[in-house]
Amino acid sequence: MVSLLSHLLNGISLGSVYAIIALGYTMVYGIAKMLNFAHGDVIMIGAYITFSAVHGWNMPPVLAVVISMVVCTVLGVLIEGLAYKPLRQATSLAVLITAIGMSYLLQNIALLVWGANPKSFPSVIDLQSISLLNGQLIISAEAIITVLANIVIMIALTLFTSKTKMGKSMRGVSEDKGAAQLMGINVNLTISVTFAIGSALAAIAGVLLCSTYPVLMPTTGSMPGIKAFTAAVFGGIGSIPGAMLGGILLGVIEILGKAYVSTELSDALVFGVLIIVLLVKPTGLLGSKAHEKV
Amino acid sequence: MSRSKKNFINNLITYGIVIAAFLICQLALSGSIDGFKMSRSLKGQLIPICVYIVMAVSLNLTVGISGELSLGHAGFMSVGAFSGIIMSTWLASRFQMENEAVRLILSLITGGIFAGIAGVLIGIPVLRLRGDYLAIVTLAFGEIIRNVLNCLYFSIDEGRLYMNFNNPNLPGRIIYNGPAGATGVDKISTFVMGFALVLFTLFVVLNLINSRSGRAIMAIRDARVAAESVGINVTKYKMMAFVTSAVLGGMAGALYGLNISSVTAAKFKFDTSILVLVFVVLGGIGNIRGSIIAATLLTILPEMLRAFSDYRMLVYAVVLIAVMLATNSPFLASRLNAVKARFARKAKNGKEGNAA
Repeated sequence: MVSLLSHLLNGISLGSVYAIIALGYTMVYGIAKMLNFAHGDVIMIGAYITFSAVHGWNMPPVLAVVISMVVCTVLGVLIEGLAYKPLRQATSLAVLITAIGMSYLLQNIALLVWGANPKSFPSVIDLQSISLLNGQLIISAEAIITVLANIVIMIALTLFTSKTKMGKSMRGVSEDKGAAQLMGINVNLTISVTFAIGSALAAIAGVLLCSTYPVLMPTTGSMPGIKAFTAAVFGGIGSIPGAMLGGILLGVIEILGKAYVSTELSDALVFGVLIIVLLVKPTGLLGSKAHEKV
Repeated sequence: MSRSKKNFINNLITYGIVIAAFLICQLALSGSIDGFKMSRSLKGQLIPICVYIVMAVSLNLTVGISGELSLGHAGFMSVGAFSGIIMSTWLASRFQMENEAVRLILSLITGGIFAGIAGVLIGIPVLRLRGDYLAIVTLAFGEIIRNVLNCLYFSIDEGRLYMNFNNPNLPGRIIYNGPAGATGVDKISTFVMGFALVLFTLFVVLNLINSRSGRAIMAIRDARVAAESVGINVTKYKMMAFVTSAVLGGMAGALYGLNISSVTAAKFKFDTSILVLVFVVLGGIGNIRGSIIAATLLTILPEMLRAFSDYRMLVYAVVLIAVMLATNSPFLASRLNAVKARFARKAKNGKEGNAA
C-alpha cells in the first residue's frame, strides 16, 4: 500500500514535468497550428545552460535557472522567426519537417558545445526530503518543488490567458486567425509571445527533469519531448487544462507501468493508452471537436 | 503528348537510371577496367543504399502519394528485419538449406509478410485519424513495436523454433535475445538481390501509382470529401497504400538485417524513421525518382564526409531546414519567380534580336 502511494507520488511528480513541457506544445499548437518538434530540444538546451551556469561559472542555482529561462526564451523566438514564420502559409507537413530539422540542429549544436558524454546534473534544489509514516514514505524535495511549480504555472497561465490583453489576443488568434487580424490583433507578435512563454516553460521543465533524473545528454530532451507531446494530444491539444491532465495521467501510467508491469514495456503502455484514447475520442480527453469544412 | 505516354516514358527513365547505376557498380566491382575501382568503404555501402532506396520509395507511397505523414516506418523495417533473420536461421537449421539465394528470397518474403500483418493491424486504427494525429500515432506505434521487440526471445533447438515473452529461458541456441537483439546472423544479403528488390519495389510502386487504384489514392489525398462523394472507398485505398508501403519496408528490413551480423531493436528508433523521411522530403514528396537519388546520395554522403563526422548531422539539419524554407516560403518563391521571369524575358529578347 505504501509502495503504491510512493509510486503514485513519483508518477505525479514526473507527470508534472510532462505537463509543463506539454503546455509549450499545446499553446503553440493552439495558436500557430503546428507541432513544434524542437520543443523537447529547447528543454535540453535549458538544462545544459543551467548546468554550465552552476558548474562552470559557479552561479547560485536560482540565478542559473533565470539565465536559462532568458536564453531559452530568446532561442524560442529566434527559432520561430527564422524557421517557422516564413512557412505560415505552407502545408503542415513542410512545417513539421522544418521543426524536425530544427530539433536535429539543436541536438547537434549541443553535441558540439557540450560533447557527447553524459553529464551528471547536480540537483539545483537544496532542500531536505520529507519522511512520512515512520520513514516508510519518503517524498523528495524535487518532487514537491516540481508539483508546486506545476500548480503555480498552471494558475498563472490560466490568469494570463483570461485576464490580460495579450492572453485574450492569444485566445482570439487560436480561435480564428483571420478574424483576429481584422480586429486589430497583431498575429505575428502574438505567435512570437506564445513561443517565448513556451520556451521559458521548457527551460523550467528542463531543470526540474534533470534534477529528478540527473543524466544530461544532447538527446535528453527528445524522449520527454515526445512523451509530453503525447500528453498534450492525450489531454486534447490546444487546451491548457488538458495538458495538465494529460501530463499527470501519462506520468502516473508510466511509473505504475514500470513498477507493476515491466520496465521494458512502460513506454509501450503509455503509447498504447494514447492510441486507445484517440480512437475513442479523436480530439483527446478535453479537446473541443473541430468541424470539417467542405 | 498524352499523359499516360508521358508517365510511361518517365517510368522508363527511372528504371533506366537504376539499371545503369547497377551496371556501373558491377563493372567497378569486377575491376575489369584499369583505374575504375570501388573503394572498400563504398563497397560496404552498396546493400545499405539498396535498403534505403526501398525504404524511401515505400515511405513515399504513404507520404507523397497517399498524403499521410507516417513517422513509424522504421517499425515495419524492424519487424521485417527480425522475422527475416529468424526465418533464415530456421531454414538453415530445419532443412539444412545450403542455397543462400533461395534462403534470402524466402526470408525477404517472410519479412514482407510479417511487416504487412503489422501494417494491417496498425492501419485499421491509424487511418481513422487525420493529419498531425495520424503522424503522432504512427510514431507511437513505431515506439511500441520497438518496446515489444525488446521483450521477445527466440531460440532454435533441433529445427524447432521457440518463442518467449519477457523470459530468456529457452532451450537450444538463442537467436533473438530481447534487448541484446539478434546475434551471429548469417550474412547472406547480396548486392544483386538488393538490386532485384529495388527493381521489384519500383515495379510495384510505379504500377500502383499509374493504375486505377493509384489514381483513387491520389484523389483521396487531394480532396477526400470529393473523392468520397464520387464513390471511392477511402478506407480501402488508404489501407492499400499503407500496407503496400509496410510490406516493402519489411522486405527492406529483412535485407538490412541479413547484411550485418548483429542487430538490435534500438537500430530502428524514431531517428531511422526520420532519416528515411528526410530522403523522401529532399527527393521531393511524391517524386519516386527523387527518393531514389536522395537515398543514394545521402547514404554515401556521410562516408564522404568522414573527416567532418562531427558536423555531419549538423549539415544534415541545416540542409533540411534550408530546403524546406526554399521550397515552401512564399517570400523566397516570389523572389525565385522574379529571377526566372527576368531570365525568360532576356532569352526572349535575345531571340527576337537574332531574328531581326
